[in-house]
Amino acid sequence: MSFLARHRIILPVVSLTVLLAATFYMQPRAMSYFGLNLLFNLAVPIALATIAQMMIIMVNDIDLSLGAFVSLVACVTATILNDTPALGLLILLALILSYALLGAVIHALEIPAIVVTLGMSFVWGGLALFILPSPGGASPDWLRTLMTVKPPFAPMAVVASVIIALVAHLLIIRSGIGTVLRGVGGNARSVAQAGWPVIRLKALAYGLAGLFGVLAGMALVGLTTSADANIALRYTLLSIAGVILGGGEFIGGKVSPTGAVIGALTLTLAASFLSFLRLSSDWQIGAQGAVLILVLTARLIFRQKGAEA
Amino acid sequence: MTISRMLLGAASLAMAAGLAQAESHASATADKRIALSNNYAGNSWRQAMLQTWEEVGEQAVADGMLAAADAYTTAENQATEQAAQIQNMILQGYDAIVLNAASPTALNGAVKEACDAGVTVVSFDGIVTEPCAWRIAVDFAAMGEEQVEYLATRLSDGGNLLEIRGLAGVFVDDEISKGIHEGVAEHDQFEIVGSVHGDWAQDVSQKAVAGILPSLPEITGVVTQGGDGYGAAQAFKAAGRPTPLIVLGNRQDELKWWAEQRDANGYETLSLSIAPGVASLALWVAQQVLAGEEVPKDLTVPFLKITQDTLDDALANTPEGSVANVTYTLDDAKQVIADAK
Repeated sequence: MSFLARHRIILPVVSLTVLLAATFYMQPRAMSYFGLNLLFNLAVPIALATIAQMMIIMVNDIDLSLGAFVSLVACVTATILNDTPALGLLILLALILSYALLGAVIHALEIPAIVVTLGMSFVWGGLALFILPSPGGASPDWLRTLMTVKPPFAPMAVVASVIIALVAHLLIIRSGIGTVLRGVGGNARSVAQAGWPVIRLKALAYGLAGLFGVLAGMALVGLTTSADANIALRYTLLSIAGVILGGGEFIGGKVSPTGAVIGALTLTLAASFLSFLRLSSDWQIGAQGAVLILVLTARLIFRQKGAEA
Repeated sequence: MTISRMLLGAASLAMAAGLAQAESHASATADKRIALSNNYAGNSWRQAMLQTWEEVGEQAVADGMLAAADAYTTAENQATEQAAQIQNMILQGYDAIVLNAASPTALNGAVKEACDAGVTVVSFDGIVTEPCAWRIAVDFAAMGEEQVEYLATRLSDGGNLLEIRGLAGVFVDDEISKGIHEGVAEHDQFEIVGSVHGDWAQDVSQKAVAGILPSLPEITGVVTQGGDGYGAAQAFKAAGRPTPLIVLGNRQDELKWWAEQRDANGYETLSLSIAPGVASLALWVAQQVLAGEEVPKDLTVPFLKITQDTLDDALANTPEGSVANVTYTLDDAKQVIADAK
């Protein structure tokens, strides 16, 4: 088990390192404080969204509304949070609570999460359009300052990624409640028999997803300085791909927070790398998919070897 | 004597300096690289835009005006993806980024990064609101107003107008319509008696016009937004009503219909729209900024107008199913810049 736990993280790290080396070779300018930040700063909200998605995948569900949710948060952040911070915070809090409630409802009524979240994506999208009918708004100054901060030694994007991975790791892998949460994905019945209220655990997992989703939306606005009701629609699929790329599994509560962050960075880097290659955009989606398949194939081979050994 | 000689000397010095300056502007950008960041390539207008960029860019590189003019299109029409694309362009060391933006605001962060890195950013068509970028915008309201002004010169007695609008809820539709209504307010011999949404598509327009026609009095003129004139003409024909004066929008099918009508019964009208070649204008504006010229941040694209005299040329140069295009030259860009000053 200890070997498995370790090798789960090896492959994402290797993929990122190889891709990073290739990018540096193609574009030596990227190998600098400034370059790394440009390369990775838009990966920070994606990493947060990936952690959010991971919380849901951890309890064997999948969230198809995440992109719309992050967009909604971005719209709230760029308008209400900026104009009347207290009300904005209240709304963001309510959004997190509604995510927790969603988790409880999905568990209590035993409806597939994929259906509920798909439906919710239209609700979030509608609300986002209601708040911000046409693109605009402005980032709160403190948020802009936070996202453009220039820490010593390493750029913001790298520091933020490390912090996100560390916090999520402590929360999910190291803490007691994190272990129980993963247990819900592994074997919900045993967890229930051990005396844990599964409905509350699911609500907690969804609530945590909501929290990281809110952080993702806020980080995004800090970077873009304004919002748009469709700004983060891509995050739904990116976050799922990030979790899987980072060594997570769709079922069984097998997730890796560090891997998920690395997965998000790898996906971002893959897009930049293809653009540095000057690949025609017609081929880029396909090439992005090919990179994904390549890594997953490597993982499958890796795991079979691991099982044999 | 000495004073006049001094003056002469000063004058010739100034002239020499001026010449040197002019020369340096031509070659000053020889080592500059410009990138086009485009968010969408899925319609004929965008395809024509990319093609114009490629042609003009290649020529500029061949002429030694620029070192590179590369075009990038994002795989999906998403602002976050385009923001990443712009940041990659900064890393690739481009001197200027010409941008047709997926969102007027969501790219501001990336655009600011580019400006801070010393990259010139010129946005056109889909413009960005970040103050450090240049904007080449389309004055859609003026396009609407111009239609009514043209009708006023042709129909001095005025009359009833039918307005065909675009896609409801889109900013462009509101702007053109606003311009039309302003024009009608000024020329009060006209009255808009009906208004339908044609979604900038011939088939939708034909259906919409056919639906409203029976309820309308005699129509003397039709004001449009482009992509809808031919459909309107077909609807009038099907209803057995006389063809009114329809302002057209540069689409090939519209121009072809116009030429046929002109040959048959001397039909006269005006056609106007935005040329996809505006990308080449943006290229030259970026070149001018790189050359150190003082360029105002807000520029306006001229419309491409086709009149009775230029109809045959325009029709001959427009591929079937496409839209009339024009390639802007460096001199056009200088003119646009001078007009804005």
